[in-house]
Amino acid sequence: MSTVLLDPTNERRLAAMTRCSRPASLRGLTVGLLDISKARGDVFLNQLEQRLIETGATVKRFRKPTFTKPAPVDLRHEIASQCQVVIEALAD
Amino acid sequence: MATSRPLPDGLVVIVKRECATCEMVVPVLERLQAEAGLTVYTQDDPGFPAGLHPIHDADLSVSWHLDIETVPTLLRIVDGREVDRTIGWSRPAWQALTGIDVGNDLPVMRPGCGSLSVDPNLEHELRARFGGGVLRARRVEIADAEDDMEAMFDRGWTDGLPVVPPTEARVLRMLTGTTRAPGDVVAIVPPDLVEVTIEKVAINAVMAGCTPEYLPWVIAALEAVCTDQFNIHGVLATTMPVGPVVICNGPGTRAIRMNSGMNVLGQGNRANMTIGRALQLIIRNVGGGRPGEVDRATHGNPGKLSFCFAEDELGSPWTSLAVERGLSAETDAVTVFAGEGPRCVVDQLARDPDSLANTFAACLRTLHNPKLVMAFDAVVIMGPEHARVFADAGWDRERVLAEIHARLQSPGTDLVRGAGGIAEGIPAHLEHLTLPKFRPGGLLLVHAGGGAGLFSVIIGGWANGEVGSQPVTQPVGS
Repeated sequence: MSTVLLDPTNERRLAAMTRCSRPASLRGLTVGLLDISKARGDVFLNQLEQRLIETGATVKRFRKPTFTKPAPVDLRHEIASQCQVVIEALAD
Repeated sequence: MATSRPLPDGLVVIVKRECATCEMVVPVLERLQAEAGLTVYTQDDPGFPAGLHPIHDADLSVSWHLDIETVPTLLRIVDGREVDRTIGWSRPAWQALTGIDVGNDLPVMRPGCGSLSVDPNLEHELRARFGGGVLRARRVEIADAEDDMEAMFDRGWTDGLPVVPPTEARVLRMLTGTTRAPGDVVAIVPPDLVEVTIEKVAINAVMAGCTPEYLPWVIAALEAVCTDQFNIHGVLATTMPVGPVVICNGPGTRAIRMNSGMNVLGQGNRANMTIGRALQLIIRNVGGGRPGEVDRATHGNPGKLSFCFAEDELGSPWTSLAVERGLSAETDAVTVFAGEGPRCVVDQLARDPDSLANTFAACLRTLHNPKLVMAFDAVVIMGPEHARVFADAGWDRERVLAEIHARLQSPGTDLVRGAGGIAEGIPAHLEHLTLPKFRPGGLLLVHAGGGAGLFSVIIGGWANGEVGSQPVTQPVGS
């Protein structure tokens, strides 16, 4: 006789989402740089900001309160509503 | 209680041959059937009582749905619903319920026998057969040709060790460990931020090897880690080798026979091993936190399978950790701490408290990096032989911690980046300060371990405070 088990997982079915098309150029676009608050991440992002500006992009800087927790929903909304492109650097 | 099939109106009795009281009341049953149309359900012998046209409750569904605990049980049914019942034999009760003279031939009263539907050997099977409707989880059918254990590995449900197959019968039995409804939401579990129900907790507790009496402890531990203060998301996602350490307090730890003594952090005790394991399985299976995915640990540690133990309260010279954190000594509680693997503190020569405090300070100073301060908390699991050195000198818990703290102050010039030929360290602008190794309250003291051995254990923590994880103490509910 077959065995019937109960599913221990969350049984979620993820909604399929399509990626935004990649812009041909960053010129004239607003690029969000999300600092996750990891030590010295700002050093890297400062360099990145300089290069993005040189390509003609506008840069907006954002910062998570702590790298150990997901970005607050209000911050995510702020980035989505103000930027066409976002760069989030992972830790380490 | 709702029944699986409509009951006939009038008088209904549930009996079994193996019950002397049921045998005794047969003459009364004959009279009731003749005068009022009694319907008889028999649990064991299909022909008992002879001549009364019994209906065999072969699958015990009638008994189960009527919640029969004792036979004989006499019921009055009106419009398909039970309006009255009496259990065992009581002449006045049977007379009152039936309105019929049941005679004086039998004793006034005789207790009944246990119903087969509550037989401990059958109850869990019946609960699965008739009570399974309360479970909402998806059913996964494992074919005859499949091996249950391998099938669960293949589906990614395990922590790398075999798990107990979560059948309906086992999960329903696990749910008897709590008064909470299977659909109750316990917490939102990271990283997928999914609502976890009591049912899903029970399923994973079965898989971990828990018994039902452990379930409230698993629930409490889950509630504790799924708080913003503890921040299980970060504890899971970090590259550091930490996981939730579950420290249990209260009389319930003894009731479920947790280990707080010899080999307290080791193998061999079911409650210690499986409560912590269930917590981690829930985070994996419900929360979606799997190694190599959101769990980014560089090394991890074996405690991420399970790291759970009880404090030795009865042998302790001090108040317990939970009492220190504001609960009563009679309250069962878990304290969760984001910790790495344990390390040993050896001092077999110290006989005076100052010397021993020096040893603790020297060992604690090296945690993570001797030059990193205030960023990490720690748990000190004081072994009984070390605790006795302090207690004999009259040092209470506060004194012990204060003395260790006092020995862990360092000049910033020793800690600053580059000092001692080590790049790691505190920023240069802090070098004029004297800094403690631990923030205030950053050392947790627990008494546990075997009675022989001048050893203790340190568990180093993870990023502390608002930016990381803070210890959380949670009472254990029913």
